[in-house]
Amino acid sequence: MADLIIHIAAGVALLGVILASARLVVGPTAPDRTVALDTLTVISISLIVMIALFQGRVIYLDVALVYGILSFLGVIAIARYLEGGL
Amino acid sequence: METIMIILLALVMLAAALATIHMKNMISAILAAGVVSLFASVLYLLMAAPDVAMTEAAIGAGLSTVIFLLAFKKTRDEEVENG
Amino acid sequence: MEGYRVAGSLIALTGSLFLFLGALGVWRMPDVYNRMQTGTKSTTLGSILTLFGLGVYQPEWMGQMLILMLFIAVTNPISSHALARAAHHTGVPLTQKSVMDELEEDVPLPTERVLEETLSEGEEQ
Repeated sequence: MADLIIHIAAGVALLGVILASARLVVGPTAPDRTVALDTLTVISISLIVMIALFQGRVIYLDVALVYGILSFLGVIAIARYLEGGL
Repeated sequence: METIMIILLALVMLAAALATIHMKNMISAILAAGVVSLFASVLYLLMAAPDVAMTEAAIGAGLSTVIFLLAFKKTRDEEVENG
Repeated sequence: MEGYRVAGSLIALTGSLFLFLGALGVWRMPDVYNRMQTGTKSTTLGSILTLFGLGVYQPEWMGQMLILMLFIAVTNPISSHALARAAHHTGVPLTQKSVMDELEEDVPLPTERVLEETLSEGEEQ
């Protein structure tokens, strides 16, 4: 029962991945695509944690943490570049 | 579920890679390349390789985006100076 | 025995619904600022709920989940703020339905020429 609900949750998050990456491909300007990248990052952190739960390995949570830190730095760098301050 | 996840993420990764080579705007292409690394990292994780996934997340998504941006800015400044 | 697992998975399902709604907003909203609002606020709540639910499901992982939740709660508003500022500085126009733009009084939106230069560089190459 609980396993099934978590699998459904992963499916719903995957639908979100598809919608956000459609905006990344279509989005008319560079800030639009940066917003889509930020959304994709947060959704995929949740997906990584769900994968860790499916496979039952704690070490995957560290990957989620490293991913969060580095992609945050990437988004900040892109924002500073667009602002003209990098 | 994991098979569906692998197929869908690979399709999204393909779409992002095609977008990378077809985009006219350079910043958008750099962003799309970052997305390719993002899903590559999740796919490595699905195939039970957490060390490779961590390296891909660090180098592909974090470092190479910043390096590309810096290099792009430097070359553009040179172009403006030389007319 | 199984009660906390069902409760945790239901919390995680609610969170991933919020994640989906955030992505739907990124796809449907009319301009960058609205997209940014759904894309960061809604996904902040969604990912915090998902991580909390999975922490309830697997109680021995709760410490790392708390670290991740704290990290997301700190960094997501910062990147939203930086992105909004960057979009306003590059001169992305607001949608027609916008009521007010108070940042424009201090930092006016760039003209069309600057907008074209910044957003579509590389077109001529």
